[in-house]
Amino acid sequence: MNIKLKIWRQPNAKSKGRFETYPLNDVSSEMSFLEMLDYLNNSLIKDGKEPVAFEHDCREGICGSCGMYISGRPHGPQHRTTTCELRMREFKDGQTITIEPWRAAAFPVIKDLIVDRNAFDKIMQSGGFISINAGAAQDANSILVPKKNADEAFDSASCVGCGACVAACKNSSAMLFISAKVTHLAQFPQGRIEAEIRVKNMVAKMDELGFGGCTNTRACEAECPKGISISNIAKLNREFFVAKLKD
Amino acid sequence: MNGIFSSSLGKKLIMSITGLFLMIFLLVHLTVNLMLLFGDGKLFNFAANFMATNQLIEVVEPVLAIGFIVHIIYASIITLLNQRTRPMGYIQTSSNGVTSWASKNMYILGGAIFIFLVIHLINFFWKIKFGEVATLSYDNGLTQMADTYSLVSGLFITYWWYDLIYIAGALLLGFHLSHGFWSAFQTLGWNNKIWIKRLEIIAYIYAIIIAIGFTIIPLYFLILK
Ligand code: HEM
Ligand code: SF4
Ligand code: FES
Repeated sequence: MNIKLKIWRQPNAKSKGRFETYPLNDVSSEMSFLEMLDYLNNSLIKDGKEPVAFEHDCREGICGSCGMYISGRPHGPQHRTTTCELRMREFKDGQTITIEPWRAAAFPVIKDLIVDRNAFDKIMQSGGFISINAGAAQDANSILVPKKNADEAFDSASCVGCGACVAACKNSSAMLFISAKVTHLAQFPQGRIEAEIRVKNMVAKMDELGFGGCTNTRACEAECPKGISISNIAKLNREFFVAKLKD
Repeated sequence: MNGIFSSSLGKKLIMSITGLFLMIFLLVHLTVNLMLLFGDGKLFNFAANFMATNQLIEVVEPVLAIGFIVHIIYASIITLLNQRTRPMGYIQTSSNGVTSWASKNMYILGGAIFIFLVIHLINFFWKIKFGEVATLSYDNGLTQMADTYSLVSGLFITYWWYDLIYIAGALLLGFHLSHGFWSAFQTLGWNNKIWIKRLEIIAYIYAIIIAIGFTIIPLYFLILK
């Protein structure tokens, strides 16, 4: 198939970027979206041009680094799919595909399609952990976790921190991300110990870093490649208000 | 509670609580108004008179005014803060098939409702509360009360464009609440994977009751009188 790509080019964080259009011929419908970009970059390099910078690592949907806004949607048109898992058969021959970086004040562009998602790390550092004295692993059955909690924790833990929820939200809110982390850790006896301080710190950090508030539009849930549900946000709200009422 | 309202979640909590309170008020308001449709106005006049002289309502009235003001002020604060979070937008956006139009345009809907509210207060509330409304006597002169029925029905019968404004107001409220209803529960944290579907259905039912309920009153006077 032959396609046209309209890609955001920005040499560095300080410069003003713009869109460039590249025709690309003989694209295989079996290619992943990132392979298609590799293919484009090969031809750009051959022509002596600067290749398009994009972030990627695992290329199997588990690292969360490959986020980009494709044809008006985070990670492209396919439901519950990261960009690396997206195949070119989802597009039509002759189609113009627009590729933009995540747009959010909290995620500034570093280069081309790469944004700085450090804000997520800062939120995690503010409370997304369990403090334990690491030693020898203890017996697996010494702390019992009900199956229901284990399942919910597992669902929430599948968040890969890609930032699609922020990119999709009209308020650039990080609520889905935080709610996944808070719900995940709140399910375990070990996690309950710091549950209140965790939720307060993570929400405060989110507000401080310039993410917006939640308007419950459900755009995050619709675009999350891991299917994180906004029921996590309801749980986050519960945890937050209960913790805050005691202050 | 310390510092709760300076957080984004705390501000949203205020929207939710005031919103829920306003939704209860709307149901009471609609119940009284629907009495306009039955009989020659006696029923409505008794109901309106009961509301106007009831001591509980006297206490609730300022609370209601504060509820509206706080809802509107926080709506403006939240909307302004949220607008700053994306200095540069996308050139192409496509629908995800889930997000409702109402949920993305709550402030526009709310702003239109606010304009309606001002017109509404000038026309009815102000006149009933501070203006001259003719009195009427029932039960062979034993009971005297303001003839609110004639004021309301008169306006609806005389000016057709007035009816249109009211119908528009009712529909706007319906849209606002088709999202607002379940959203308020989500904000409070009273939601999970099972209840979200139920709450959405109840939200649509509530929104339709409000929209149709307030629409049939001007329609009744416009068409039948
Ligand atoms: C009788 C009138 C009204 C009722 C019953 C009502 C009810 C509600 C409810 C239940 C919510 C959901 C709260 C939540 O998501 O937690 C809401 C949200 C909202 N309302 Fe109203 N409202 C009314 C009038 C207004 C007015 C006059 C405005 C004026 C600007 C307004 C602006 C908003 C906005 C912007 C939101 C969304 C806030 C957000 O999600 O960030 N509303 N309303
Ligand atoms: S919640 Fe979903 S969209 Fe948001 S960061 Fe996690 S995986 Fe990505
Ligand atoms: S490259 Fe790891 S999730 Fe896409």
